[in-house]
Amino acid sequence: MIAFAELLDRLTLTPGRLAKIALLRRFFETEADPDRGWALAALTGELSFATAKAGLIRAVAEARVDPVLLGWSYDFVGDLAETVALIWPATTEAAPPSVTEIVEALRTRPKGELPALLTGWLDTSGPNVRYAVLKMITGELRVGASARLTKTALAEFAAAHGRVVAPDDVEEVWHSLTPPYQPLFDWLEGRSEAPDAAGAPVFRPPMLAHPLEPPDLAALDAAAYAAEWKWDGIRVQLVRAPGGQRVFSRGAEDVSAAFPDLDGVLASDAVLDGELLVVRDGAVAPFADLQQRLNRKTASAKLVRDFPLRVRLYDILFDGAEDVRALPFPQRRARLEGWMARHPSDRLDLSELIAFGSIDELAAIREGTRAASIEGLMLKRLDSPYVPGRPKGLWWKWKRDPLTIDAVVMYAQRGHGKRSSFYSDYTFGLWRDDGELVPVGKAYSGFTDEELVKLDRWIRNHTVKAYGPVREVERGLVLEIAFDAAQFSTRHKSGVALRFPRVARLRWDKPFEEADRLETLLGHIARQA
Amino acid sequence: MPHPDTWLCVRPEGLYCSPGNFFIDPVVAVPRAVITHAHADHARPGHGAVLATRQTLAIMDVRMGQGRAGGTQQALAPGETLTIGDVRVWMQPAGHVLGSAQVAIEHQGSRAVISGDYKRASDPTCAPFVPIPCDVFVTEATFGLPIFVHPPASGEVRKLVDSVALFPERTHVVGCYALGKAQRLIALLRAEGWERPVYLHGALIALCTLYEQLGVALGDLRPATGAHKADLAGAIVLAPPSAIADRWARRLAEPVTVLASGWMRVRQRARAKGVELPLVISDHADWPELLATLDEVGAPEVWVTHGAEEALIHAAQARGLRARALRLLGYGDDSAEEAPPN
Repeated sequence: MIAFAELLDRLTLTPGRLAKIALLRRFFETEADPDRGWALAALTGELSFATAKAGLIRAVAEARVDPVLLGWSYDFVGDLAETVALIWPATTEAAPPSVTEIVEALRTRPKGELPALLTGWLDTSGPNVRYAVLKMITGELRVGASARLTKTALAEFAAAHGRVVAPDDVEEVWHSLTPPYQPLFDWLEGRSEAPDAAGAPVFRPPMLAHPLEPPDLAALDAAAYAAEWKWDGIRVQLVRAPGGQRVFSRGAEDVSAAFPDLDGVLASDAVLDGELLVVRDGAVAPFADLQQRLNRKTASAKLVRDFPLRVRLYDILFDGAEDVRALPFPQRRARLEGWMARHPSDRLDLSELIAFGSIDELAAIREGTRAASIEGLMLKRLDSPYVPGRPKGLWWKWKRDPLTIDAVVMYAQRGHGKRSSFYSDYTFGLWRDDGELVPVGKAYSGFTDEELVKLDRWIRNHTVKAYGPVREVERGLVLEIAFDAAQFSTRHKSGVALRFPRVARLRWDKPFEEADRLETLLGHIARQA
Repeated sequence: MPHPDTWLCVRPEGLYCSPGNFFIDPVVAVPRAVITHAHADHARPGHGAVLATRQTLAIMDVRMGQGRAGGTQQALAPGETLTIGDVRVWMQPAGHVLGSAQVAIEHQGSRAVISGDYKRASDPTCAPFVPIPCDVFVTEATFGLPIFVHPPASGEVRKLVDSVALFPERTHVVGCYALGKAQRLIALLRAEGWERPVYLHGALIALCTLYEQLGVALGDLRPATGAHKADLAGAIVLAPPSAIADRWARRLAEPVTVLASGWMRVRQRARAKGVELPLVISDHADWPELLATLDEVGAPEVWVTHGAEEALIHAAQARGLRARALRLLGYGDDSAEEAPPN
């Protein structure tokens, strides 16, 4: 347990991605089975216990320390596990339990025994170990190491054992495995073949597109590509196998529970790739509607009714049990259409192919549409197989030219990591008819390092008020803000939400009174609706 | 015996002793002030007459400039007694920073002790806290929650030395308060065998020089401003907390951000501040020290000046003591952007 506690502490405080990977790799190298496997489960959020939850921690802590002081301390720290780890009275650190000991006890011992067990563990541990023990119960480690980062560390760990394993290879077997992952470590350390995921609904790393820039556009051969709309939803992978059906996010997270209305949507085995959208009466709703369904653990009947989901399919990876990823695009498309014809559903439809003769014609189509639900076009090379990752030249995303507004900087906030000494996040606003400047969004990219230095200096020299890390600045600096779409929103004072706002240009030359008006933006939204 | 309630009270300017006609650590300029220690939230400029320890007066002069640290100054040595009006006044070390002292006031047989800020852990740069039995003990409660337990400072400083050994090409920039914390860190580093130069942000230099003049040896100190990036690789640089993540730090070689503060006990707080190496080192009493001090001075009544008052009051009451908050404003918030001195 001491090694795992130390790992969490170091991960919490280490800012760099590479340094975090190195810490994880070393942990997997030095820890024994099954301790490291259970730790891996805790790191990837796969650990949960039926009876041991936050309530157990609270009860055990209140039995040991003054509940009033516990409450005030919790208010200060804001995290139950950390509060109890810190407030637990110091005792002699005898022999802290091992990760495995804890997990097995929490899984198998009757609920009535857990308080005494947990108390015993906390009594024999120092604050770091207490924190790790409690975090295993509450989940949500907050150490800044994502599941993907951990899988990358596993791949590097395998390389040290002479295994050529990519993070994607780990991904492909991940959802067929359960903690403490013995077959995974056997494979990564070269003792056995890759775990057999047959029959399990596992995630397959998706194929991603490159943005189409002018030089690539000029070289593009129209006849070699198919075109589709680029929908403004979220990418999902639908998987059905003998072992069940799953919905995965692009980042390999199993999000099935959040979308109960997609239960059983696949009538037979397949792995399908598509865009999750809210669709009403055949029309795709703005992204803000879909957002109501995201980042939730589950969905109420009302949400399901008010924000009806549909998956717009554009590719097939497995047709039944057959891996069709090596087939070229048109053959996969035929397979997808065939599968859809055999298994129709009102929650699935096909992303239509757009007919075009030339790139110029396509450019006109792209310019001609302003629907909020469409971000632009996708171009897919006809002879391309389905390749995980972001292979260049096979799939292109050709977004619509962004819309722009000239907005006034209102607040600035410091960035993170390398940018922590720079004011690099800017809240900008537009003028309302009554002369008030109202914030409409926040941008933190789109400028060069040299421009950042100038922006930072300007912010410091024009600060009116400081609220912790945030500075309010004088009216004076105009930024040209590019964005992909604008939607009505009740979450912002301005009533508007922008999609992907970023700084297009610094308008040092522009008087701030002449920045754009909110009404102009509202008018634009009304026109496109 | 008149209860101290009747002769020691809170006014807008601060805590006021009426039979002696003086304030203790007033937050605005007053005619007569007794100052416990020279941190900016306790020692304000512009008072008429100032009574404090010799070291506190010297530090106030350096921080405020000659003439601004009191129209007239009177130094009081530890244990030396003075009669002011109808009260007897003396001071004993508080162990907080160099010159820091508790103020004991006696009036018609009852005694109040105003501790100022204090700690009980050892500190090579100042005299240790001396408990004074009293009827009313006035205490701070900066770390007045049971989650605050400061580990031995030597172990924390060893972490810093170990980290330099691990990353010999990186500058270790340590955020620390200019008065007290900086000098204590340097002394602790020397005690751990760190003989190499310690580099200082400009804001720390004057007080380090003064500490040396007052007899606290700090070894080889050099200004960080103007030093070459190459010299700062593998060096330890001390700077005010506000500077470590600011423009000033851009001159350093791949800095490891270190912060020495009692608040660093809370890891998510360290993470939110972007601190890579938090050192839990504080010049304030932690929770066990606060409670142990209440037991030692044996006062039946406790007044809490600032910090997490309600928790300490709750704990004092659980011990059968009378306890209340003084609700003094202006302590612990030195400037908008900086954490309170700790």
